[in-house]
Amino acid sequence: MKYGLQFRDVFAAWESLLDGVLITLLLSACAMLGGLAIGIACAAGRVYGPGWLKRLVAAYVEVIRNTPLLVQLFLIFFGLPSFGIRLDGFTAAVLALVINLGAYTTEIVRAGLEAVPRAQVEAGHSLGLSGLQVFRYIVMFPALKAMFPALASQFVLLMLATSIVSQISVEDLFHAASIVQSRTFRDFEVYVVIGGLYLGLAFVFRGLFAALYYWTFARR
Amino acid sequence: MIRTFSYVDVMYLVAAARWTLALTSTAFVGSALLGFLFAIARISPIAPLRWLVAALVYIVQGTPLLVWLFMIFFGLPLVGVSVNPWLAAAVAFSVYGSAFLGEIWRGALVSIAKTQWEAGASLGLSTFQQLRYVIVPQSIRIAIPPTVGFLVQLIKNTSLAATIGLVELTREGQLTAAGTYKPFAVYITVASIYFVLCFPLTQWSRSLERKFDGAR
Repeated sequence: MKYGLQFRDVFAAWESLLDGVLITLLLSACAMLGGLAIGIACAAGRVYGPGWLKRLVAAYVEVIRNTPLLVQLFLIFFGLPSFGIRLDGFTAAVLALVINLGAYTTEIVRAGLEAVPRAQVEAGHSLGLSGLQVFRYIVMFPALKAMFPALASQFVLLMLATSIVSQISVEDLFHAASIVQSRTFRDFEVYVVIGGLYLGLAFVFRGLFAALYYWTFARR
Repeated sequence: MIRTFSYVDVMYLVAAARWTLALTSTAFVGSALLGFLFAIARISPIAPLRWLVAALVYIVQGTPLLVWLFMIFFGLPLVGVSVNPWLAAAVAFSVYGSAFLGEIWRGALVSIAKTQWEAGASLGLSTFQQLRYVIVPQSIRIAIPPTVGFLVQLIKNTSLAATIGLVELTREGQLTAAGTYKPFAVYITVASIYFVLCFPLTQWSRSLERKFDGAR
């Protein structure tokens, strides 16, 4: 049997796909901001905090990194209502993604923080900088520079991983694809097209991160 | 009639984990075979081959695993292969995994100093022999810790096979949750089983990393 690929019906549904792209971008942006905030806070707790906090953060990181994102998502979306916490799909998705990315970011930031030589921190203190100033200018800035590439690739992986929120009916790009698929029956073509769209998004994100790195670190 | 989430269901979930492990093993073998070819191609002297594989790796790493899973699930029938979720998942995970494993191994291969190749050549070894007896044995110890880390990723990623209806641990969890109306208990159990599978590997990878780091 011969099968001719037909993309016309898929491209005709470009509005649905565009809506999906926007939701995927919004989800990714929320998750990246939230994940970075959690990652920095937890890494600081892990490196400078008291013993119980270090253990707590370590446990959080290990639990999240050793279980699948899909199961974490199901636990939040389907599991939490057992305790009367009912979240809509989008909120549950953002929460799961932030918690997940936060754990990975913690590990990356921790490695960056630990790479800053102790003597530099002492030098900062001896110049009369406050603890917060030392953290901001002497520890965080060079640490961010060192971990930027790892962070950027983790963020791109996260953007791609957002595709699984379609499994709790959040109307992201992948969900849009399954809608178009059920309307046009162009199964294979739909997934080729959204594969291309994700590739484009990944390309844009990598470019943005490279530009951000250049403007923030390389020009100084 | 709604049944309760009991000991029997927990045992069913544990039993379903064997399909997760079976899929992980299949995908690991596929990823390793294809990934090794990619790694070799990436360090070969033939430039177009290097570019081709680099482009392939870029494309795979820039698209979600879920898209590969669906593309192959719906695409294989078009080329006349009758498809079941198992075959689709095995192919998708192998293709996806090989791009990552290939890059890990390429990194290990290029981390061996060029002088090692030259030393091999000056002993009269052919290029293949240099690779086989000089470069690969040395790069293996560099490659092992991230390869174990990749295995952990793979175990977690197999949960996505649930979306094309393959009954592994996550899918069994979905079915149990639908039958018992105890989603929280079910998914906590599922997550715990994944944790029990992954955590020892994570620790092992970390201790290998420390061991090899100290030895250098």
